[in-house]
Amino acid sequence: MAGMIARRLALGIFVLWGAVTLMFFLIRVAPGDPAATMLGPDATLEEIEALRGRLGLDRPVALQYLSYLGQLLTLDFGVSARSNLSALDLVLSRLPATMQLTLSSATIAVIVGLSLSLAGSRRPDGVLDRVFSVISICFQGMPTFWVGIMLILLFSLRLRILPSYGAGSLRNLVLPAVTLALPFVAIIARISRATFTEAMREPYIQTALSKGLTSGQALRGHAFRNAVGPVVTIIGLQIGTMIGGAVVVENVFAWPGLGTLIVGSVANRDYAVVQAAVLIIALFVLALTLITDIANAWLDPRIRTGGVS
Amino acid sequence: MRFPGNTGKAVQRGTPRTATRVFKKWTVAVPGMIVAIYLLVALFGPVIAPYDPVATNLTDRLLCPGCETSSGSIAWLGTDATGRDMFGQIVAGTRTSVLIGSLTVSLCALVGLIIGLPAGYFGGLADLALSRVIDILIAFPSIVLAIVVAGLFPRGLGVVVVALSLSGWVSFARLSRSATMSTKEREWVAAARVMGVPARSVLVRHVLPFLAGPMVALIALEFGLIILGEAGLSFLGIGLPASTVSWGQSIASGKEYLATAWWISAFPGIALALLVIMVGLLGDQLNSRYQRGGSR
Repeated sequence: MAGMIARRLALGIFVLWGAVTLMFFLIRVAPGDPAATMLGPDATLEEIEALRGRLGLDRPVALQYLSYLGQLLTLDFGVSARSNLSALDLVLSRLPATMQLTLSSATIAVIVGLSLSLAGSRRPDGVLDRVFSVISICFQGMPTFWVGIMLILLFSLRLRILPSYGAGSLRNLVLPAVTLALPFVAIIARISRATFTEAMREPYIQTALSKGLTSGQALRGHAFRNAVGPVVTIIGLQIGTMIGGAVVVENVFAWPGLGTLIVGSVANRDYAVVQAAVLIIALFVLALTLITDIANAWLDPRIRTGGVS
Repeated sequence: MRFPGNTGKAVQRGTPRTATRVFKKWTVAVPGMIVAIYLLVALFGPVIAPYDPVATNLTDRLLCPGCETSSGSIAWLGTDATGRDMFGQIVAGTRTSVLIGSLTVSLCALVGLIIGLPAGYFGGLADLALSRVIDILIAFPSIVLAIVVAGLFPRGLGVVVVALSLSGWVSFARLSRSATMSTKEREWVAAARVMGVPARSVLVRHVLPFLAGPMVALIALEFGLIILGEAGLSFLGIGLPASTVSWGQSIASGKEYLATAWWISAFPGIALALLVIMVGLLGDQLNSRYQRGGSR
């Protein structure tokens, strides 16, 4: 198990380097001079040249890249062009809001998604199962930003029971969290339904049923523990996708997290902040992948001992 | 090597096995017909409802669905804040979504095939490099990568297509890689290789045809994700230029008038959701059909 974790960590560090490099070159090939953008349209040529010198933009790209890597190693993500604050500090100040939103949505998605699939796969292809799968398909196809607006229309403007924007209280959290959770309810329900129904066809379930267990008992007592591995994998990976979804949903509800920060900074060409925010997200996705792998190894002795995988 | 990410869809089981024949026919026919209607609207939109995206008519602004306009016609889906007919706007938006979806999904499938086929066939260093590149790309949620790319470059159709393709090709590369790996073990491929057929011909004539089925299923599934992505970018204001009509932009512009004119946001969203859901249903049907066939 220690070997596996070490291998995954090494891969994670490699991927992080790749992500940093990708961001560096994406920003370098983008049109527009960062120095000119930072100073605005009124700047003189001399001012722009001076800033280029200070930022090191007049040096060869290879040198810029190396010094950029060096800065990142000391956790120096540069300074926001708009506010002159440290980009990392800005990102970290927005991070808790995004985490709060993502984790609340993940909790909703896991609880509702698993309940739907457990209820449905007790009798595969039954009425309940069919109804749930239609609901899942609809949840997955609806654009989150539109669902969010429709929920604002219903709950904030018509019924006037929930606030439509902002953060701070639990009431503010309800609409964004539900909006973000819907597609993931669908994904978790569909994938766990597939694994559960497959497990229900296994011989040991036949044995359990012939011993007189109800299908619900067999599912909860026997099939669930054997089938939960792939479901854990999906949940772990989907939380990463969810952070991406949060970026969009935050902009619907003016939620003060990384999503509103990224979209605002992209619009203002505030490269340092964009870079820092995106790299922090990548770091989270990588950490989640690692945690998922470890959780799976812990749940499934076959992976842990390096046997059949 | 475990490949996480949105290919999770490709391994799901689709229709229930005991589904009646009627149910199966119905689940293909209805989504098929609705998608076909969308395609027709995309092709012939300007004939059905001529629409000028920059025209303004302030006397007709914010008319309710079914109201009469100043010219005497009826705005069945209402008008927006500058007096443009919502029905015309949705028809014009269909064209944008279908165009971007088709262009992007073609680019992704092509790139995925060109990279995935040799990686699966030759293995070794090429395969390892592909796996590592994919590992790096999926560290970013795909919409975040699209936002950064679409935001850095000047707004335009090409930029949106590239921004959405940047992570979109990954699932196609994975599919062609894994399908090639299993197909190359089959007897006819070995026979062709022994007879000295060049690798490129083996790939094109003996491996590629077995990829067609699962590929079509994946194209349908990815098409839905891509038009959702495009609408998302346009909603955030970093997608297509403001002069083009996009469902995402329409939804965003209606948010301001939600209290008085809910129809501006509501109807384009319904049009978008219906298309994505129907394409997804079709993709699921195709996917379950090819599950036990070509891809294994």
